[in-house]
Amino acid sequence: MPFLPVFLWTDILIFLLLAVVAAAVIYVRRRPHLRAPWKSVIQRRRGMISIMVLSCYVVIGLLDSLHYRPALENDGDSTSTHYATEVISVFDRIAQPLRQQVEKTYSAPFAHRLYVKEMQTAEDGALVYDYPRLKYGASHLDNPANKLEDITSTIVKATLLSLLLVIIVFILHCLFNRKRLGGSVVRQAARITRGESTYPLRTFYLMLFLITVTAVNLVMLSADYHVFGTDKVGQDVLYQALKSIRTGLVIGTLTTLVMLPLAIMMGIAAGYFRGWADDVIQYIYTTLNSIPGVLLIAAAVLILQVYMNNNPEQFETIAERADMRLLFLCIILGVTSWTGLCRILRAETLKLREAEYVLASRSLGASNFSILHKHILPNLMHLVLIAVVLDFSGLVLAEAVLSYVGVGVDPSMISWGNMINSARLEMARDPVVWWSLTAAFISMFILVLAANLFADVVRDAFDPRMQGAR
Amino acid sequence: MTDTLLQVKGLKTWFGDGDNPARAVDGIGFSIRRGETFALLGESGCGKSITALSLLRLNPHPASRIVAGEVLLNGQNLLPLSEAEMEKIRGRRVSMIFQEPQSSLNPVLSVGQQIAEVLNWHFNTDKQGTYERSIELLKSVGIPDPHQRIKEYPHQLSGGMKQRVMIAIALAGEPELLIADEPTTALDVTIQAQILDLLKDIQQKTGMAIMLITHDLGVVAQMADHVAVMYAGQIVETASRRQFFNDTQHPYTRKLFEALPSEQKREEKLTVIKGSVPPLNQPFNCCRFSDRCDFAWQHCHDVAPRWLESEGHGVRCHLYDPEVSAERVKPELAVTSSRLSEVVPADKALLKADRLKVHFPIKKGILQRVVGHVKAVDGISLDLRPAETLALVGESGCGKTTVGKGILQLVPVTSGEVSFRGKALTRLPERELKEVRSAMQIIFQDPFSSMNPRMTITQVIEEGMLTSSIKAPADRARKVDELLQRVGLRPDIKYRYPHEFSGGQRQRICIARALAAEPEVIICDEPTSALDVSVQAQILNLLRDIQHEFGLSYLFITHNIAVVDYLAHRVAVMYLGRVVEEGLRDEVLNSPKHPYTQALLSAVPKIDSETRQESVKLEGELPSPANPPKGCHFHQRCPHVMPICRETYPDLTQLSRSHTVKCYLYEDNYGSTDSN
Repeated sequence: MPFLPVFLWTDILIFLLLAVVAAAVIYVRRRPHLRAPWKSVIQRRRGMISIMVLSCYVVIGLLDSLHYRPALENDGDSTSTHYATEVISVFDRIAQPLRQQVEKTYSAPFAHRLYVKEMQTAEDGALVYDYPRLKYGASHLDNPANKLEDITSTIVKATLLSLLLVIIVFILHCLFNRKRLGGSVVRQAARITRGESTYPLRTFYLMLFLITVTAVNLVMLSADYHVFGTDKVGQDVLYQALKSIRTGLVIGTLTTLVMLPLAIMMGIAAGYFRGWADDVIQYIYTTLNSIPGVLLIAAAVLILQVYMNNNPEQFETIAERADMRLLFLCIILGVTSWTGLCRILRAETLKLREAEYVLASRSLGASNFSILHKHILPNLMHLVLIAVVLDFSGLVLAEAVLSYVGVGVDPSMISWGNMINSARLEMARDPVVWWSLTAAFISMFILVLAANLFADVVRDAFDPRMQGAR
Repeated sequence: MTDTLLQVKGLKTWFGDGDNPARAVDGIGFSIRRGETFALLGESGCGKSITALSLLRLNPHPASRIVAGEVLLNGQNLLPLSEAEMEKIRGRRVSMIFQEPQSSLNPVLSVGQQIAEVLNWHFNTDKQGTYERSIELLKSVGIPDPHQRIKEYPHQLSGGMKQRVMIAIALAGEPELLIADEPTTALDVTIQAQILDLLKDIQQKTGMAIMLITHDLGVVAQMADHVAVMYAGQIVETASRRQFFNDTQHPYTRKLFEALPSEQKREEKLTVIKGSVPPLNQPFNCCRFSDRCDFAWQHCHDVAPRWLESEGHGVRCHLYDPEVSAERVKPELAVTSSRLSEVVPADKALLKADRLKVHFPIKKGILQRVVGHVKAVDGISLDLRPAETLALVGESGCGKTTVGKGILQLVPVTSGEVSFRGKALTRLPERELKEVRSAMQIIFQDPFSSMNPRMTITQVIEEGMLTSSIKAPADRARKVDELLQRVGLRPDIKYRYPHEFSGGQRQRICIARALAAEPEVIICDEPTSALDVSVQAQILNLLRDIQHEFGLSYLFITHNIAVVDYLAHRVAVMYLGRVVEEGLRDEVLNSPKHPYTQALLSAVPKIDSETRQESVKLEGELPSPANPPKGCHFHQRCPHVMPICRETYPDLTQLSRSHTVKCYLYEDNYGSTDSN
């Protein structure tokens, strides 16, 4: 076998989550009252935009969650294959050039020279103290003076290519529509361009164009240049920014996976059963809320750190170590953040348990369990959904803050927090190295903005008071 | 005409833009004279509240807009005025009171501050003057101890008090016109009688005009000088009160009268208006009522009727148009199959409540110590016989809903016993209780909250079959279809969700759900009080039909005496957690003995108001069940109070085999001599 699949814990959980989401989608599609709010999410322009941006991130994150160890070159006649100790992902394989084209140290975006001067031997044998040429960046150019021309022509080519791609998608869409709805292709094309559909298709195509332009440009430019420069050890910053996506997504989604069962079970139990159950749960979350979250997280992470240092034999690769720490961070974040949702769910359950349909159900002889899952839980789900989507962006930001403080993810794991952490020193040096921070900022900003917009639209769609106002 | 205060011409208020705005108010016109009471009558959703709001340009903005029309107050058109000029008119020349006193007072301002706000806005008075005027206003609306009350906050006042304060605020600007939007709908009958008297009283003193918006024909009969009936955004009939009650013309208005339940209609089905109000987001070029009218002929579906007026009696109907040759359609008379006297309840108890008590603890402090009890139900004994309707009557807060829940074991019972077919439910463990549950069902007041919004109609009704013997899905589906048809709905609605249905339809679905459990007893907790009169008639007919068909017993909890009169075999009157009088319907409603029953019955506005009898007016309001008065609970409000009443609670007095009352007036040792 040319590779050995590696199942990291977070990978398993991510794909489990994906399966749950897929099941939920199938479930929702069959129920008109659940489908309606989702439809209205897509029908709004902001919803369409945020979903498209988020799905780009999700695709990168998922590709980065398929890990394996490549087989080493078989040297000679040994029958068993050996695998590399380094765990790489499918995304790493796709971005191989980015990953392997490592310079010596810092270089600015689109630079052809290093950012620091070095002693070097000129062709005539004289020693020169100057900025050396990069090993990979712009190395295809004989004359660096043509760099601007080269970049411009690449951008033009990439833009034309992406325009072509979008047009192909558009034509396929029209053909598909003709098959489904009838009418000529021209009629269907007119329908889309005039915005006659119930979905914001013009926004869709504009967004599709923007995304393809960005993607194709990045792909074509990064083949020859370091688009976001390189960091201290010469690694491409664009690659780092893209790798950070998985870390951010894992923190944002797995934490909710940990938090949800706690919050839902505790919240419903407190609200529905009242009495001592309510008292106990209220005391638990009041106590937990009074402990400073960062303190608890720092303590837990440090304990784990000590444990991992004492038991190195349990972790085969560095990736597994880093992954364990990431998972642990998710768990501890989940444990500290369920209280807010729990409170909301408790209050709502208190209201629902007195609802007349619950009373009617009780008078029909329904058991507590069937009331909980038929009447209470479905009427809480919109709150859960809103909380999850709203929490997501907060958690992504929390990861950055925690890693900056030093209690976040493993230092060997690429994440926005770690990028910012290392940028601390870069900002202090002269001349300043600004691109690392900028790349982290831009990629994080786009994700969080899209998530917030999405949360906004979802909240509107599920808010009964907003039903008429749209 | 100099005595015309307000004249409205062709007022149109539309909701929404686009091709099909909802024409909530579509060209209405009327005029109000000084000092008269003008009643605007109509069912919910016909546009009466929007009309009232539009007069003051308070209609929701930007959701709706006034498209056309004139509102002339003393000849001055209000619609083109600027917002600043309107502020001088609102509250000063025209003020308004709303239905819900709870939400129209600001909970963080004291009563005095809220009155002073109006006074400061419209008059330049100093602090002392404002205070004195506020006290004067509170006195004028009959609030006792105004110096104390002026410092209090809305939550410290009862519902009736709040409505009085609202009226005081409305009167503060000394308006020429008071618009009262369902001012008594949220109140109990005895309080309603007080408020209506107050309004009449103030009108006589100040000579202001009142525009009264209501859906209650009884209130109209008692209050109005002039009546206008609204239907689907238009006025279909206007008349003076005499004309209105003696010579009703428009078919819709006639239907409204016929749909009212009453004693005289006991032996027959109530008239219902078929169909529902047409959606208002369409241009009409026919009579809006034509689809539901019994008299409608082809002409009604083709041409919109014009406004006809003779001797002050206006009507919008082709029947009265001399230019239209009416093909008088003879309406088919409803088959009167549903005779109440056909069913004779058996003389044995099916369900029995014996000294039932439900007390809710009041907890206070950090340790949640119990500091007292709300005695919601305080020793009630009832028995319900097979195929009988027992009506439980009382004002809100007297504990009648809690009785229903206590009987079903939906709230923990403090003491006493409920037995069903000889089985004591209060002592059954939860598991065995479940088996009995399906035999006793409940229908709630609010059809909007009694169904899970996330379940389809099939799921809702199938929930009723939890304990049923029908297990196979196909059989269940067939049963659901059957039940839906039985309650008068089409079976193909079963995959829809509750929000797609109107209140009446939802109530039918709730009845279907209750029937699915194959019950013997149904507790009806004010099932029609959230519904319009015409829909109420449908539900009452349905309830009576299924009672006859399935031999059901009803415990009918209500405050609506007319419904009791129509439906009940026996009546129990509740006051503050206890039954004060019980007996056959005829005994209790036609010769009430307990002073409270007498007061309650006389407070109900009568429609045939030409014979206005001297009514017993109650003072004050229901005391708190957390701290009931010593002795007879009613003694503070009772006109026949005796010293003994303040000491101990009276015992049960048997007046006849079926009629019992708890009052010293009828006890041999104390009463009879004082009573008259």
